[in-house]
Amino acid sequence: MNYNWNWGIFFEASPEGTGTYADMLLSGLLWTVVTALCAWVIAFFLGSLIGVMRTLPSKPANAIGTAYVELFRNIPLLVQMFLWYFVLPEVLPESWGGWIKQLPNAPFYTAVVCLGFFTASRVAEQVRAGIQALPRGQKNAGTAMGLTVSQTYRYVLLPNAYRMILPPLTSEFLNNLKNTSVALTIGLLELTARARAMQEFSFQVFEAFTAATILYVLINIVVIFTSGWIERRVAVPGHR
Amino acid sequence: MLSNFDFSVITSALPYLFLDGMRFTLTLTALAAFGGIVLGTLIAMMRLSSLPVIPLVAKGYVNLMRSLPLVLVIFWFYFLVPYLGQWVTGADRPMSVGAFTSSLVTFTLFEAAYFSEIMRAGIQSIPKGQAAAASALGLTYFASMRSVILPQVFRNMTPILLTQTIVLFQDTSLVYVLSITDFLGAASKIAQRDGRLVEMYLFAAVVYFAVCFVASMAVRHLQKKIAIIR
Repeated sequence: MNYNWNWGIFFEASPEGTGTYADMLLSGLLWTVVTALCAWVIAFFLGSLIGVMRTLPSKPANAIGTAYVELFRNIPLLVQMFLWYFVLPEVLPESWGGWIKQLPNAPFYTAVVCLGFFTASRVAEQVRAGIQALPRGQKNAGTAMGLTVSQTYRYVLLPNAYRMILPPLTSEFLNNLKNTSVALTIGLLELTARARAMQEFSFQVFEAFTAATILYVLINIVVIFTSGWIERRVAVPGHR
Repeated sequence: MLSNFDFSVITSALPYLFLDGMRFTLTLTALAAFGGIVLGTLIAMMRLSSLPVIPLVAKGYVNLMRSLPLVLVIFWFYFLVPYLGQWVTGADRPMSVGAFTSSLVTFTLFEAAYFSEIMRAGIQSIPKGQAAAASALGLTYFASMRSVILPQVFRNMTPILLTQTIVLFQDTSLVYVLSITDFLGAASKIAQRDGRLVEMYLFAAVVYFAVCFVASMAVRHLQKKIAIIR
């Protein structure tokens, strides 16, 4: 292979003048993590809400939940990103659209909202599956004890369901983390975008991508360990 | 605002969108799904084999691919495939590889990791007694895989494999990052040329939604139809 390896490149100053190439990649990593965490907050709460709606005995709630999940699951993430970033400001009333366009860090907010809504549809499916996997008796027991529907969900069904779906939620979180890279198309300076920029500035393609690969693998490992730790922390003693 | 929504922008772009764009997307999806399923099956067999080292290699590959974002993998192979081509053919300079070949290699290798997890679950769900019975009948490992285990796995896993193919269909839109004219790429090029982002992106969304929604309905229907009642 006639490729000039140069692993020292990470300690050379990047042409942006704000530090070395290593700093550039690390700032990308930070944006990736921050975007993923902010999006996850939306995804978790909205996804739980939609998931619960799909298990309620009310027909309209069911229909709204199903429509939401189908809508967000059947359009590619990249297209959704473009819709939020390019189309939404145009179809809103002029003053709102103008306000959105002038936001500083618009790619960041757009990515957070887009990923949040997208991932919410995945979380909703897991929450619904978790609730439906609980023995029917639990809901009935809650009702028999005089709990209202919302109390049954709050104190009986959801605490059990969340514990059960922790592993699939972890993999949804990891998907969400990886999906932040799609936001490079709207100009978010996350890890993949920074690796790509480093490649364009320095021509050291494989060093840049290797470093990004290692960083992604490391965050994956951290997330998996954290989720294992949470799983042990919240396990009901003596259960299973 | 939507008041100046112009349908003629879409209608005049239809031939380009579908004959160039959608054809690329569908060809890439079909070939990558086929390659991914074949390679994924091999990786699943490697992972479940009792040979030394091989299962670890397969596991490492799958876990690596699954921990990377597809966009990064697309960039990786875009730059790596010319060098791989040079290495395979023994040429003295990196091979020039077209956008289609590069994305086909990327998607086949990337999706193989996901397909292999499906196939692994499928193989593991076949009772062990069947493999034992096949070997008692004198079938070799490959003969028992080919005529006893895999036919059942494919039957059981067809809905999940197809669902993953729908995901693959959506994922191919990411070749946008290489400025390739897939369906979304075509829509985006028209959008930029005519300054009609609203029309083109909304239309792209509607088409993707329609295709994926109908396809997933069909998969659900198929699932009910071919489910084996045990």
